Amino acid sequence: MSGNKDSLGRVLGVALALCVVCSVIVSTAAVVLKPQQEANKTRDLKRNILMAAGLFDASQTVEAQFEMVTTRVIDLNSGEYRDDVDPMSYDQRAAAKNASMSTKLSGKQDLAKIQRRENLSLVYLVNNTSGELDKVILPIRGYGLWSTLYGFVALDSDANTIAGLGFYEHGETPGLGGEIDNPRWKAIWKGKKTYRDGAVAISVVKGAVNADAAAADWQVDGLSGATLTSRGVNNLVQYWLGVDGFEPYLDNLRKGDA
Amino acid sequence: MDIKDTLLRPVFKDNPITLQILGVCSALAVTSSLKVTLVMAIALTLVTAFSSFFISSIRHYIPSSIRIIVQMTIIASLVIVVDQILKAVAYDISKQLSVFVGLIITNCIVMGRAEAYAMKNPPIPSFLDGIGNGLGYSFVLIVIAVIRELFGSGTLLGIEILPLVTEGGWYTPNGLLLLPPSAFFLIGGLIWAMRAWQKDQVEVPEFRIAKHVAAEENA
Repeated sequence: MSGNKDSLGRVLGVALALCVVCSVIVSTAAVVLKPQQEANKTRDLKRNILMAAGLFDASQTVEAQFEMVTTRVIDLNSGEYRDDVDPMSYDQRAAAKNASMSTKLSGKQDLAKIQRRENLSLVYLVNNTSGELDKVILPIRGYGLWSTLYGFVALDSDANTIAGLGFYEHGETPGLGGEIDNPRWKAIWKGKKTYRDGAVAISVVKGAVNADAAAADWQVDGLSGATLTSRGVNNLVQYWLGVDGFEPYLDNLRKGDA
Repeated sequence: MDIKDTLLRPVFKDNPITLQILGVCSALAVTSSLKVTLVMAIALTLVTAFSSFFISSIRHYIPSSIRIIVQMTIIASLVIVVDQILKAVAYDISKQLSVFVGLIITNCIVMGRAEAYAMKNPPIPSFLDGIGNGLGYSFVLIVIAVIRELFGSGTLLGIEILPLVTEGGWYTPNGLLLLPPSAFFLIGGLIWAMRAWQKDQVEVPEFRIAKHVAAEENA
């Protein structure tokens, strides 16, 4: 190598050495930390599922609490379990984007504005201490005002009463649409009914629900200052509980032969 | 070399945000909660310090024709390492910081110190200079985050200080403070306060606005 700092050989040499050193450092960090990152991601998802169902207890580890949850895959069209698909390796978000694993929705069907719906979905079944089905947790998503809201809705074993609802990822305005994270608002959902005479009847109304109205059991207060986000939540809950969503599965579940 | 001066000068006298007006983008984005801000401040301080250190230790070998690329590669590698560590040990916070950790790469403070200081000074002073500038950035971010979180959500580090009306208290939060533009007003206010206190930071106006004169009435 020549003594000149800016000679071609010197430039190439420094660039090469730098690239090798930096790539070794970066890849070492990525490889060494990967198991811990994966564990964090899984733990985060499990915690979101438990929180949606109102089961999360901060004093216990997520793993211990998730023991009572069974993850299974269902076919959304037929509403039957698909035990040939491994729920641990099924990536639902990727499936929703994959043309061979999802169905395009027509404008009329697409209440939740998700464009494509995956054919298979994960469901999380929570058993009580005596081993009977206690709650079923369903992944839901749909468009709010600015962003797609990702969350879970938990139903009691009658598949008609909401046990909890929560979103774990969204980009709504803090303080307005972002209030969908408000525990007090989420608590309103608990105990609401979903179906009336066999049709989806749950809705988010504008303003407060009139408690005396006949439909009060099927209605949830809208968020003030967040009309469009509230409407998005209304649409996505109705979509996912409807015939294009989990209704076939919930029908089977109610008959006891899912 | 005066260690105290290298460390503290960038905090008040030569603050990267209020005097040099660098790194404002991330100051708007990550200051809505104090916890996230603290992590961001630590991450940026470490990246600035170590990138200055490494760049300074190899400064005699860096050919000037590719020096910016060399600096960027070192900074980018450090940022990726910090991002990976955050994802492994502080997952919730790394989710809230999302792209902003990655954007430390483009934070002008890091590059600015590498180019302006580390290329001309030995490794140890460069390291201290990086820490000092990181502290200057952190100082401004923390001031803004305290104001935004306290008056925007009534909490500090997630602990309730002002009980909110929606939770049954008396404080009506200022929603604007939760949105990025509020940081503009706060940074503006801070720059004004800094320059009112340290008069020598006031820049000489580049031009003067001419005195207003009424249009002459047409005869």
